[in-house]
Parts: sequence; C-alpha cells; structure tokens
Amino acid sequence: MTDTKIKPITMNFGPQHPAAHGVLRLVMEMDGEIITRADPHIGLLHRGTEKLIENKTYVQALPYFDRLDYVSPMNQEHAYALAIEKLLNVNVPLRGQYIRVLFCEIGRILNHILNITTFAIDVGAMTPLLWGFEEREKLMEFYERVSGARLHASYIRPGGVHQDLPDGLLEDIGLWADQFHGFIDDVETLLTENRIFKQRTVGIGKVSRDEALSLGFSGPCLRASGVKWDLRKSQPYEVYDKLDFDIPVGKTGDCYARYLVRMEEMRQSLKLIKQVINEIPNGDYITEDKKIAPPKRSEMKGSMEALIHHFKLYTEGFRPPKGRTYTCVEAPKGEFGVILESDGSNKPYRCKIRAPGFYFLSSLDYMSKGHMLADSVAIIGSLDIVFGEIDR
Amino acid sequence: MSLSSQIKEYCKVKYSSIKVVLDQVEISVEKDNLLKLIQFLKDDPSCLFDQLSDITAVDYPNKKDRFLIIYQFLSITNNQRVRVLCSINANDVIPSISKLYFSALWAERELWDMFGVYVDGHPDLRRLLTDYGFQGHPLRKDFPLTGFDEVSYESESRRVVYNKVKLAQDYRDFDFNSPWGVVDKIKDKKNND
Repeated sequence: MTDTKIKPITMNFGPQHPAAHGVLRLVMEMDGEIITRADPHIGLLHRGTEKLIENKTYVQALPYFDRLDYVSPMNQEHAYALAIEKLLNVNVPLRGQYIRVLFCEIGRILNHILNITTFAIDVGAMTPLLWGFEEREKLMEFYERVSGARLHASYIRPGGVHQDLPDGLLEDIGLWADQFHGFIDDVETLLTENRIFKQRTVGIGKVSRDEALSLGFSGPCLRASGVKWDLRKSQPYEVYDKLDFDIPVGKTGDCYARYLVRMEEMRQSLKLIKQVINEIPNGDYITEDKKIAPPKRSEMKGSMEALIHHFKLYTEGFRPPKGRTYTCVEAPKGEFGVILESDGSNKPYRCKIRAPGFYFLSSLDYMSKGHMLADSVAIIGSLDIVFGEIDR
Repeated sequence: MSLSSQIKEYCKVKYSSIKVVLDQVEISVEKDNLLKLIQFLKDDPSCLFDQLSDITAVDYPNKKDRFLIIYQFLSITNNQRVRVLCSINANDVIPSISKLYFSALWAERELWDMFGVYVDGHPDLRRLLTDYGFQGHPLRKDFPLTGFDEVSYESESRRVVYNKVKLAQDYRDFDFNSPWGVVDKIKDKKNND
C-alpha cells in the first residue's frame, strides 16, 4: 500500500465559543485530531484604549483601566495610579495604601474564582461555577459599597483612593473572609483529586522554566513553571513588604500546576486581607495635595479656594513634569505594566499598556502544538485569558 | 554597584547614552547596534535580562527621527529592569529580536500594526489588533481619533456593511490649559528675540 499524504484540515474555532473566554478566533491546522498549528486572531474587542487615553486628561483616562481586565478592575487602576504617582512624585498616606492592598487582594480572589471555575466548566465540571459566582457576587458587593459600582469602580485614584471605607465594611469583609476558607475547601474536594479533572489537565500544556521566561510569562503561569517570582515580594509596592504571605510555586508547569498555584494564591490573599483588617491605621486615605486630589464636598460648600481647586482639577487636571516611566503591579493574571510618557501637558503623550494575557495568548501556538483538539480548550482555560486586556 | 555603572564598565557595544530616569535605567542606542546591545543585555552575567516585558513606540511627528522605539526588559535572576530606546525616522526598519525573545513575536506585530514600523527578519509580520483589510496605523499622531470607517448592520441586505464615519457634530477638543502659562511663553519669546 502506498502512503497517501493527507492535507491538513483547517478548522475555525470561535469567535463565538464558550470555551474561547471571550472573542477569540482560533484558526487551527489539524492532522486528524492533533493540532499542528494554532493561529489566534485577536482584536475583535479592540477599542483603541491607548489612543483614547492620549486624548484625555490623566484622571479622565483612569476608568479605561477598569475596562481592560474586567474580571479584576481595581488592579489595573492601581498600576495606572502608581505610574502617575511616579511621574508626579507624590506619596500615598498609609491608610490609602492599606485600602489599596485590601481591594487588590479582593480583586485577585475575584479573578481566581472566575478563572478556576470557568476552567473547570471547560473541562467538564459544572458545580464550581455555580458556587463560585455566589462568592463573586459577595465580593462585588464590597466593591459596590466602597465605590458605588460593582464592576467599573474607578476607586483607586492618583494620590490614594476616592473615598474612605464606609462604616462596618471592614467587619463585613472580615466575616466573609472567615467563611471563605470553606468555599476553597469545597472546590478542592470537587477538583483537586477529581479523576476526570486530572486526566484533562495533568501533563497538558507543559512549559519549562526557560520557555516560560522567553514566552513572556508572568504571574501564576510563571510560578507554575517553578520560578519563584512575585512582584509583591521582589519589587514591593504599597505596604506589601510589611505584610506576611507566601508565594506558591508549582513544579510541573502544566495546566494542573497552574490550577494549584491559583488555589493556593487565594488562601494567601485571604491571609493578606485578614492582616489588612487587623492592621489598618486611621488617617487620610488620599494625599493632601489639592493640586492632585479633589477637596471634600463639605469643604467646597464653604471655601472658595476648595471650589477653585475642584474646578481646575476636573477641567484642566494636573500636569506632571516631563518624563517616562514603566510601572507595573502583580495583577492576578501576571505583570500588568504601564509605560507612561508625559510631555508636561495635562494629557499623557503616550500610554502603553502591558497586558499579561497578551503574551500568554501569543504562546498558545507553541503550547498546543502536538496536543489534541480538546486539550487546546484546557490550555486556554488554564492561561487565564480575558480579551478586554489583550485587545485593549 | 549599580546597573548603569556595570553596563558602562562591561558593555563593549557602542551606545549613545545611558541615564537613570525616575529610578529606571534607560539606554539609547543607534539602530545598527540595537541587536548587539540586546544580545549583550541578555547574556552578560551582570545583566541577564531574561525576559522582554514590552515593545512599544512613541510618535513625534515633528521630529526628524519620528519614532522612538522602547524595549522594556526584566531580569528575574538579578531582579532589575532596563529600558532600551532607539530613535528611527519614518522610513527606517528595525531588526527583529524574536530570535532572542519569543515574546517579541506578537509585540513586533503590534508595533507594525499600530505604528507602521517595519520589522526586518520577523517570520510572520501580519496585522494583529485591527480589522481584516484595515488601512493605516492608528496610534500615529496624525491618525484621527474617530478613525475613517465604521460598521453597521444593514437590514435590507442582511449583512454588516462598512461606511465612512459621519459625525453628527465635529469632534471637540477643549483646551482647558491654564491661560497663565501664556505669560511664560511670551517672556520666552522676548528673551529669544
């Protein structure tokens, strides 16, 4: 019998597909059921955020950051606020820093709940999603109580946070944190030793240490490949150096390791939240500098100067001195950075957003080569992809 | 020893300047030496920049060298960051660094898409974020914010159609800049005269 050469089948996946986690179009070349090439087509959610930011004042541009990775909005705002503070050279009061840490960790848990549970549903487990969204709802209520919005908070502002914590919020977060351990345990009993879950994830999408570095990985995906690297520890910002937490590191670098790292990170975030609740000091939550932060409403009723400050801040805005900075934070997905260039005017001259998911998706071709079609879904799920930040 | 002094001491590749801007090291380099410098930054034991964080460009339409290409590197081994800057004019091409860093593949595609900076030696330089068949490079300063085309659904032909952008009202760009700055400008002008 002579060998016949079979032409590879080209298959289209998405852009509307529940396992694509958004609007991903994937053109795959298949040899039978084995993937030989995966070519992601992105940009279906491209909104020109960077261009829009160049046409807005610094504070007006802040809400765009909520809309990047809409699963954990405050972490993005945080990176942008830090970049502006770097340019302006202002300090955030201690209470403001603690509040930021508190909500960044809540954002991390929000993100990991969504990722782990949707990952589970991609590989066949329905229940974690239903449980997880109940917890997410509680967390978004905390967002709402502090900022007035469940998702797009615009709460972290240059110089601090928009307003102080309302009465009773810390106690309620504490109560929630006490019961959240139970949720993590429940999800672990469903997934960690689950035979089907392990068959779908162990040994799939393996990335070694060196590959992970070259592929531009960061965050849980990098740590799952055995690199002990977390910006909160290695390049600390805010009060992370005063708080006690551990960095979970994976060994195998496969989808299962990425899942395990995220599970442990949720426990560590919980530890951080409890420490913040115990240690948070009283005082200002935003800088006193009225050229950067607006005056209080009550002051504006009586003081002409406060009124002028408010008006100037929300029309002209502030003007950072000329300069350029790259500021990044450990967002739940990985290193989220902002390259911000100021030309001395009240609008950023250039704002480049470094989204961690962008580099995860660019390595999809490399990771899924030689795997089965169904494995590509597990890989996409484990990479934690959100199109708001990839397409920008 | 600080990173900038280490680079000054060990780097044999010619670069134009090295300075510390807001606690971050910036190296400016001509495009001919770009690849050699990045190779040095990756391999030299004092640097070991094992990860490329990002590539981007800044457009200065009025300068002779129109684009400033920015490479942002991270060394996980030594826990330090560096930024490499390279000025090129509008028709220049830059070399691809995708052989050194895998993550440069998409970053360079985005650079080409958004700024129209051609990357030499890139294996697959297609547009990345914009629509199929898109014309122009949106992040250039001379590209209008509202763009040129818009899409809508046409119910008669039951398909999505492309139209030229029609604005009911012109795009308004308010100038909120404080008028007091003008005094300084007039003073400067007088001094120059």
